[in-house]
Amino acid sequence: MPFDAAQLLPILPEITILVTASLVLLVDLYLDDQQKDLNHSLTLVGILIAIALTGAVGGGEARVFFDGNLVRDALSDLLKGSILVVSLLAFVYARPWLRDRGMLVGEFYVLGLFAVLGMLIMVSANSFLTLYLGLELQALTLYALVAFDRDSRKGAEAGMKYFVLGALGSGMLLYGISMIYGATGSIEFGPVAAAVAEQEISNKVLVFGIVFLVIGIGFKFGAVPFHMWVPDIYEGAPTPAVLILGSAPKIAAFALAIRMLVDGLESLHTDWQGMLVILAVLSMGLGNLVAIAQSNIKRMLAYSTISHVGFIFLGLLSGSQQGYASAMFYTIVYAVMSAGAFGILLILGRKGFDAERLEDLKGLNDRDSWYAAMMALIMFSMAGVPPTVGFMAKLLVLESVIRIDMVWLALVAVFFSIIGAFYYLRVVKFIYFDKPAEDAPALLTTGGVRFAMSVNGLALLVLGLFPAALLSLCQAAFA
Amino acid sequence: MGFEKFLFYVLSLITVWSSVMVITRKNPVHSVLFLVLAFVASAALWVLLEAEFLGIVLILVYVGAVMVLFLFVVMMLDVDIATLRAGFIGYLPLGLLIAAVMAVEIFLIVGPANFGLAAFPSPEPAGVDASNTRDLGLLLYTVYVYPVEIAAVILLVAIVAAIRLTLRRRPDNKYVDPARQVRVRKGPDRVRLVSMATEDLAPAPAGATIADKGESQ
Amino acid sequence: MIELWNALPLVIQILFKIAAIVLPLLGLVAYYTYAERKVIGYMQVRIGPNRVGWRGLLQPIADALKLMMKEIIIPTKADKTLFLLAPMLTIAPALAAWAVFPFDEGLVLADINAGLLYILALSSLGVYGIIIAGWASNSRYALLGAMRSAAQMVAYEIAMGFALVGVLVAAGSLNLGAIVAAQEGHLLTWFWLPLLPLFGVYLISGVAETNRAPFDVAEGESEIVAGFHVEYSGMAFAVFFLAEYANMVLIAALSALLFMGGWLSPLPQSWVEGNWLLNDGFHWLLLKTFFFMFLFLWLRATFPRYRYDQIMRLGWKVFIPITIVWILVVALAVVYRLPPWWSA
Repeated sequence: MPFDAAQLLPILPEITILVTASLVLLVDLYLDDQQKDLNHSLTLVGILIAIALTGAVGGGEARVFFDGNLVRDALSDLLKGSILVVSLLAFVYARPWLRDRGMLVGEFYVLGLFAVLGMLIMVSANSFLTLYLGLELQALTLYALVAFDRDSRKGAEAGMKYFVLGALGSGMLLYGISMIYGATGSIEFGPVAAAVAEQEISNKVLVFGIVFLVIGIGFKFGAVPFHMWVPDIYEGAPTPAVLILGSAPKIAAFALAIRMLVDGLESLHTDWQGMLVILAVLSMGLGNLVAIAQSNIKRMLAYSTISHVGFIFLGLLSGSQQGYASAMFYTIVYAVMSAGAFGILLILGRKGFDAERLEDLKGLNDRDSWYAAMMALIMFSMAGVPPTVGFMAKLLVLESVIRIDMVWLALVAVFFSIIGAFYYLRVVKFIYFDKPAEDAPALLTTGGVRFAMSVNGLALLVLGLFPAALLSLCQAAFA
Repeated sequence: MGFEKFLFYVLSLITVWSSVMVITRKNPVHSVLFLVLAFVASAALWVLLEAEFLGIVLILVYVGAVMVLFLFVVMMLDVDIATLRAGFIGYLPLGLLIAAVMAVEIFLIVGPANFGLAAFPSPEPAGVDASNTRDLGLLLYTVYVYPVEIAAVILLVAIVAAIRLTLRRRPDNKYVDPARQVRVRKGPDRVRLVSMATEDLAPAPAGATIADKGESQ
Repeated sequence: MIELWNALPLVIQILFKIAAIVLPLLGLVAYYTYAERKVIGYMQVRIGPNRVGWRGLLQPIADALKLMMKEIIIPTKADKTLFLLAPMLTIAPALAAWAVFPFDEGLVLADINAGLLYILALSSLGVYGIIIAGWASNSRYALLGAMRSAAQMVAYEIAMGFALVGVLVAAGSLNLGAIVAAQEGHLLTWFWLPLLPLFGVYLISGVAETNRAPFDVAEGESEIVAGFHVEYSGMAFAVFFLAEYANMVLIAALSALLFMGGWLSPLPQSWVEGNWLLNDGFHWLLLKTFFFMFLFLWLRATFPRYRYDQIMRLGWKVFIPITIVWILVVALAVVYRLPPWWSA
């Protein structure tokens, strides 16, 4: 069977990222310690090319490639684009922090790029096998990134925890997949969906498999009760790693859920809906309540992530096109917000100092009013205050839940998001109404970081005012 | 058929027994060795299923390489089993309960009701000429070429990650680079002939030399 | 006679066949030790054993008797089961590998398709005996030897495996008989020529795999006394000894089979028609095997022991890259049908 080179077209972005990573790996060997910035430039160029290529090969009808292992559709185009953009921001923010701590080495970029590659593969997977391999690629690099600061005990501990729990999650997922395979005789989403539609609920094996799939998804998202790893890892890992880990992978996890539950098992929607309801309510409740008690801002953001995951699940569980689109909108917006929040923490850090306590944000306005404004925007957006995009995102998922007559669920969500507003606004209070610590120096950042952060913060405002563009893209993905 | 069935039960028994031993042995080295036995027995089961390539590769890769390194590490570690097992009895009832529930569930799901011979009749035995190496290779490099490439990238990541997390150069390390050593050439690097004027040294007394040598030894 | 043979149950037939392979093999191993002492003796301008029997020919028998008489001492605090299991684990794979070895066209105990893979898998098991021996002895020297050996064998197994992948690509089969058949022709069509780098890597890795000089750091009698088997005595020691030599014979025989055309005659078929001595046959395989066995001894007499880190470097940084590059070359040659080897 001759190989059709046209098959390579839809994976050009992936190939670009792979080539960039390999290039960085090779070039890094020959660089002195002063020249390591070249890695950074190469990485950014590679990602930019990948973004351009995503646009170039995207669009048009959904098509399946590589004998059903890969699909290129509107969903994959949009998610790939957003993963790449968010990762680009992350790499820009991470550089000063890494340089101050002598960790500006090629491996960070190589691992980061491979994580991106894993996410891209997940997003465009059309079979359980590809999806799982993408997930493992992403997870493996993230384990290493969490333990990247190898002299830090906390980092090593976090890496170990992440590894063990991540492996457990993968194991659950794999077990679920094997059940689904046993029941349907295929690992490709199309045939699985067809077989499932035929068998409906009668097959116990399928339901058993779905339970494990949902548990696996819960682990990867960090939804309660599979959230144990999230706070410890956010706290222990070096902040750039958390930045990479906490932003784009959520988009990939969303793709994981959509591909498996919607592409593969949509006809069993009633089965997984119930499970997702439980996960959503628990995540929103526990995430928001526990976040209030945190004094470490990274831990606080970890619990905030958990609560946001609850909201994403609201959109997913509605089982309607509008619901999926709103969940997708929420996920992308959350990834951007999260990148911004951790970006600010990186900016606040300096040689020998990491911004970790809430108090470290005190008087940010007096130190740099522009960054203070951006952080305030991000916090407002996370809390869901209009006119920021966070409000829009929450509104959309709530709407989708109400449409399926689950008003009680919407009320619960609103209740917890009001509780959640407290700790986000507390951060804003620290920024504007408290005096900075005596020894806090002025913030020194490069123009690139300032530009990226401005784009990041203002995007939340602009998207909030004009959500139609992104939203229509999201809706087109499920049309 | 009868003999194959007999073999199957013997091998399954060995697999299950050795797996139980893996988690109950006090000595971690024994545990690893029982794990090796479990691998070998499952490889044999695979061969029984006419998947000889997978069976042999299981031995080659897992038993021959992965477990050797595992054993290597376990032998180096000073694992204090007593502290590891401190809470064992306390957790045992809960653990057993969960295990029992899981076992029953798995039996109900994976058991004969859903995966019995009725639903999955045993396939026709492959012919004598069937080579599963060839068949697997053909599939892997055509239909599954994309996943295979991804798997290759995963392995690359594993190398990069492992090196990043473990390789460190200590300043007080007396490491010599064999690559540079073997590159030394016979000519100027190794021996250098110097022409110099002869120096007239007074010969030391014979006794003193011996005494010196004695002290230095 | 043939009727009697056919009347026997299959199991008995197989047992006879196994005996027919193993007994001559053990004899060969015994006299290999004698040959080693003689050859190295002459290379070092000595005579070697010459007391027991005519020219010392009964020396191996005397050695075997001596070892059998001796007590097997089990060190205190040694792990008794594993201590006794280790020698068996070493010899078993060394003998079991012969099951798929073809001695002549069709003359093989088990003609399985994945023969090469089977041999590779079994040779990878040999390391367990050594590691377990080192650990179970409860001795520092033994453990050091075991550690060295484990790292070395894993490293060289990869190079060796890759070299065999080259053979597999060249022959298009994993069946050992088919691999020999693919070399049909004459001296220059054998695989040693197109696979020359792999051949070299295979031979050297083979020496390293069997822990022979100059790669015998696992024993390293001048550094760590005798390495993994320092605590062994009597028959337990003898079994290790047997296994080492059986492995050497195996590697030598495999080299002959995979790269030197096995039982094929080095002369073109048209020249030797009708002449049983020059025509293909078991004697050619034997001759080639003896040559490689002699090479092992020659190496030992010639080279000083490698340093440990240099061994590791050679394995990982030199051999593995060479093999990978050459596999690519061979694959291209096969795809583009490079004559004279793949012209058909």
